[in-house]
Amino acid sequence: MWEYTEKVKDFFLHPKNAGEIENPDGVGEVGSILCGDALKLSLRVNNETGMIIDAKFQTFGCASAIASSSVLTELIKGKTVDEALKITNQDIADYLGGLPPEKMHCSVMGREALEAAIADYRGETRPLAVGEKIICKCFEVSEEKIRRVVTENHLTNVEEITNYTKAGGGCGACIPAIEAILKDILQVKAAPERPPVPKKLTNLQKIALIEDVLEKEIRPRLQADGGDLELIDIEGNRVIIALRAMCVACPMGGVTIKGIEEKLRELVSEDIIVVEG
Amino acid sequence: MMPIYLDNNATTAIAPEVLDEMIPYLKDLYGNPSSMHTFGGQLHRQVEEARRKVASLINAAPEEIIFTSCGTESDNTAIMSTVESYPQKRHIITTRVEHPAVLNFAKHLARKGHRVTFLPVDTLGRIDMQLFSRSLDDDTAIVSIMYANNETGVIFPIPQIGEILRERNILFHTDAVQVIGKVPIDVKKLPVDLLSLSGHKLHAPKGVGALYVRKGTRFYPYMIGGHQEHGRRAGTENIASIIGLGRACDLARENLANEIAYVSSLRDGLEKALLERCPDSRVNGEREHRLPNTTNISFDYVEGEAILLKLNEFDICASSGSACTTGALEPSHVLRAMGVPFTAIHGSIRFSLSRYNEWTEIDKVIEVMPPIIRELRTLSPYGRDRLGICAPDRDVSTE
Repeated sequence: MWEYTEKVKDFFLHPKNAGEIENPDGVGEVGSILCGDALKLSLRVNNETGMIIDAKFQTFGCASAIASSSVLTELIKGKTVDEALKITNQDIADYLGGLPPEKMHCSVMGREALEAAIADYRGETRPLAVGEKIICKCFEVSEEKIRRVVTENHLTNVEEITNYTKAGGGCGACIPAIEAILKDILQVKAAPERPPVPKKLTNLQKIALIEDVLEKEIRPRLQADGGDLELIDIEGNRVIIALRAMCVACPMGGVTIKGIEEKLRELVSEDIIVVEG
Repeated sequence: MMPIYLDNNATTAIAPEVLDEMIPYLKDLYGNPSSMHTFGGQLHRQVEEARRKVASLINAAPEEIIFTSCGTESDNTAIMSTVESYPQKRHIITTRVEHPAVLNFAKHLARKGHRVTFLPVDTLGRIDMQLFSRSLDDDTAIVSIMYANNETGVIFPIPQIGEILRERNILFHTDAVQVIGKVPIDVKKLPVDLLSLSGHKLHAPKGVGALYVRKGTRFYPYMIGGHQEHGRRAGTENIASIIGLGRACDLARENLANEIAYVSSLRDGLEKALLERCPDSRVNGEREHRLPNTTNISFDYVEGEAILLKLNEFDICASSGSACTTGALEPSHVLRAMGVPFTAIHGSIRFSLSRYNEWTEIDKVIEVMPPIIRELRTLSPYGRDRLGICAPDRDVSTE
């Protein structure tokens, strides 16, 4: 059972602005029935003032998708097209009193439909329609979308990207590609202020540092997805861990271990090898 | 107000008779049956009495019943025991539509180096028996196939599968968690070697299950420790729940024939009315060989979580194969294995009934469901004429 706020429930049970505007000035359609959610947003815009006079939505999806769509229409009505474009997915989520992390993609879908509808109104091609590179084939998520959502929402790991865009949530084959994109963005952003890795560690320092990284960096992220790990032993550069909770049954176990290894190589020592005990 | 509970394949209410019988063992009679003193030791008799009752429901001998903590433990034990007992055999056969207790355990063994065949099913959820027969070889240690599917209720041809395996001398485990108490089972006639059942699916409490192990079957314990359960399952007995399971099995045995007739009439009435009153809806899975209490209906163009939350407003409990309900982004592995189109898979709702349901409750669901579907469809950008995309059947198997 999802922990929805009263606001989400209210907008789901009594959605405002549901339906379709006849002869609309702009239409944005995003998502697909394959992916499990889709939104069609139609706008009525005053050509002289550029003001959005009316907005209606049609949504296929769960309660939070319907609520996010409805809130979007409320947020943009009465705003000019330029003002409306400043609305972020976080604004939609905030208006609803927050969304469960796994449901953030519903707010992203709202933001995307808005962009598409305004582009349609302006007679532009959709900003992402041409030449986009699809990273996640299961949910048809492009590299551009991943980059934009990561930057706008300050995302720092793959799990968050999956929650916000669904990318990587299907077969999981694209997770290494998502990691590469994320690494690229984070390096561009944070390269100068990265803490220097100590040159030479004693065994005790190294063990303490590994424990610290696992506790502070790795486990909270696994736990956020219902998973966990336990440090079993450290033999030289070999870190032996056991996956716990949801990680045990997760088909992505191998990827998870690779990710842990990369993190430890980055923050502790380049020669670390992580194995499942 | 009590909810209209139509989610009995998830869990069931504890029968009042079961609870009454358990209470003394949760209050005053808290002893350990392994103790030397009478206070504890006398409880041994109660455990054996419960074992007789469980055995009697499936016509087994009491010594063929091992108490466990849940259906998952029974499933894991059955497969692990066989794998340990026949270390030279490295092949396991199961299906793509098993409960995670079998499916993920089989995947785990595959990662550890076993060869695992995951049999596909057709659009009605049936196994191809010829493909099954061809999958068998001299290296096959165990076949684990569920008796009936928890999501669709489709019953597999367990007697035929068992006959084939008996000829080939291959051990056969069936996860009968959804079947016990809903369909008569006689292990004297049924060619299975290991059979799992779970208390909370038949009006006993959660936290107790059992594994039937046919006499003469090689067995290696999964839980190792004390001498409980004749050394086949270590750990202090969950006395109260075991006694509850015994009583629940007695109740099931006494009521089975009536219950099947009553529950299936409720289910059929519900199904017929919903299909008639909600256009673009369909039943998932074969209807002929099916549990009497289960129906899985897809409502095209709408999403399952939205339906469930609307039903929740009327205190109606059901479940869905939609992606959004599980926290996963992919919908039900069972419906995907059956190739249910994506237009329908996200809008699948499972109603699973019990003997405690009444016609007034079914009537209420029949009354509220059509407007819910209509309302969500007016919100949806899709419809019979509006489906702008085709929904190809993707191969999503990762096995």
